[in-house]
Amino acid sequence: MQRRLLRDRQIVVDDWGYTFEPGPVQGRILSMDEWLTEPTWSGTGNRLGVVLKPEHNVELLAPSLARFELIAAEFPGPGEGRGYSQGRVLRERYGFRGELRAVGYVRYDQIFFLARCGFNSFELPEGELAAAAKAFSTFSAEYQPANDLGLGSALDHR
Amino acid sequence: MYRYDSIDRTLVHERVEQFRDQTRRFLAGELNEEEFKLLRLRNGLYLQRHAPMLRVAIPYGLLSSAQLRALGSIARRYDRGYGHFTTRQNIQYNWPKLEQVPDILEELAAVEMHAIQTSGNCIRNTTSDHLAGVTPHELEDPRPWCELIRQWSSFHPEFTYLPRKFKIAVTGAPQDRAASLVHDVGVHIVRGPDGEHGFEILVGGGLGRTPIIGKVIREFLPRRHLLSYLEAVLRVYNLEGRRDNLTKARIKILVRSLGLEEFRRRVEAEWELIRDGALDVNDTEVERIRGFFAPPPYRALEDIDPTAGGSPAFRAWYRHNTAAHKVPGHRVVYISLKKPGVAPGDASDAQMELIADLADRYSFGEVRVTHTQNLLLADVQQNEARELWGLLDAAGLATPNIGTLTDMICCPGLDFCSLANAGSIDVAKLINERFDDYDYLYDLGELDVKMSGCMNACGHHHVGHIGILGVDKGGEEWYQITIGGAAGADASLGAVIGPSVAKADVPETLARLLAVYVEQRLPDERFLDTVRRLGVKPFKERVYATPAAA
Repeated sequence: MQRRLLRDRQIVVDDWGYTFEPGPVQGRILSMDEWLTEPTWSGTGNRLGVVLKPEHNVELLAPSLARFELIAAEFPGPGEGRGYSQGRVLRERYGFRGELRAVGYVRYDQIFFLARCGFNSFELPEGELAAAAKAFSTFSAEYQPANDLGLGSALDHR
Repeated sequence: MYRYDSIDRTLVHERVEQFRDQTRRFLAGELNEEEFKLLRLRNGLYLQRHAPMLRVAIPYGLLSSAQLRALGSIARRYDRGYGHFTTRQNIQYNWPKLEQVPDILEELAAVEMHAIQTSGNCIRNTTSDHLAGVTPHELEDPRPWCELIRQWSSFHPEFTYLPRKFKIAVTGAPQDRAASLVHDVGVHIVRGPDGEHGFEILVGGGLGRTPIIGKVIREFLPRRHLLSYLEAVLRVYNLEGRRDNLTKARIKILVRSLGLEEFRRRVEAEWELIRDGALDVNDTEVERIRGFFAPPPYRALEDIDPTAGGSPAFRAWYRHNTAAHKVPGHRVVYISLKKPGVAPGDASDAQMELIADLADRYSFGEVRVTHTQNLLLADVQQNEARELWGLLDAAGLATPNIGTLTDMICCPGLDFCSLANAGSIDVAKLINERFDDYDYLYDLGELDVKMSGCMNACGHHHVGHIGILGVDKGGEEWYQITIGGAAGADASLGAVIGPSVAKADVPETLARLLAVYVEQRLPDERFLDTVRRLGVKPFKERVYATPAAA
């Protein structure tokens, strides 16, 4: 069955596939090892994504960021928080503008915070997709500058 | 004090609604225990030995009378008529019902309070000096900076799933009454090279299993960089702190394993990349916040001695339970929550409501919570002290023991906490029964006794002049004694005197330690200083010379 996910606040069918998933797709998501051992990876089509694990240093990707249209930050379990910092660094320091996807243990209650850290796509359990699409309005203001959800921080309103 | 504007109010209300929905989903079976745990902890809710425990934040220890009245009302209607004030300026309720917690949070929001981030692996309630703004030797009132940090850290999207909890304390006076040296980050307001105020930043302090005194990571940080620097510290910690072992996950372990120099290098490198950006402290915002902490309209009064002609009981109370105020004719009044027979730090609903009324009458409607688990009225006229004492005394709130042996810091212990190895409240009771002679207590002078029911050290035993740690020995409650710890600006960790002692022998052990002190002390020397001068040896020899029961 095709995977559905939340992207740019819409529920869509995933048009990307991991290298272990057979079948035609718009783009391939490599593991970091696959990328590092064969950086000229062409695979199926030319659109490339890569999986970023919590223990990976984002700087590893910096020189080749232009090559990727998608980065999938992995959250191996509840309570894993490194991806939040990785997301902000990718967006704010390295100016990554492609799809930033949260994968692994990702649930409704994390969406608002992940979005503020620059994530715009979320692989959630199918049953949570509809509810999660509403998570972006959990809070209608924010106290600190981060990746803005268009809310404007408290300071902008004071 | 700080008052919410529409943005603060909206955020806190939305948080209540979010948690109401999370609780509903848990009760409906849509969230499992593990999933709900991560969410409820962020809202101060523990599932404990007997019932849930709800920890409510009292940011930097400041309460309005209306807020204290609400806390009392909640204690009566949702709990068993009391609350427990903690060392980190929170209040804990031990008997709420899970399904009622969202309603409690809603009532708290109505008085501009919350339980946000009072537990869980996130940035906790920011604490401060309970004498902020009234103590004579203060460089600057730290509370506006605490409020700035409260807002920056609340719902911080990047730091909601840290490796472990993260505690920040801010002080603005040379004396450290906030135990900032045993916090993950300590922020001290200091004067910079050009005379302007900025911050000394310490990292890596903490108690628990591995007690460590915080170290200076930056001697002087210009004020506008406060938040960007904190963000750099937190980001390095979030990315590099250990997540594989709960007991090695605090920032102190990261700082220790990298070494202070390397940790500093990484923080400074990160900070260079984010400084001078959107996190730059906005002067207009600081001034807006500072406006909330303007001094109240004090009456022009002369200093007087209100004890002249007063009863011995009043004179003892005035000497021990009040402190100097920077404004002539005024006094800081401590309300002791350490009455013998009552669990240290506990206050009943009626007491909370009475104290709220007294705050309205005598202290501009404000109450503070101290790190030492007492309350205080910060702005009392000296000429009203006697009247106030009479009312406090009638309510059992004038125990004249502030700063003495029986003003113990004490965690809830085995009676309430699922982590504890041993009871602490009952040991406090034994100590109170043994040391009931006030002349003796006063003669001993300043003495910090701190007790924890397990090595998580919620009772800060490592930094007690005398520390008492509950340990489990073959299913029995035993107590390890340390001496020579201190939590102030000269913070130090206590040394273990020897094998742990049985519960019934704790008071006798203390008596022996104090006997050595009384024999050996120099004029005006505190117990702590005698221990520092003599070392542990003479104390140890006396304690273990003969069995305690003999």
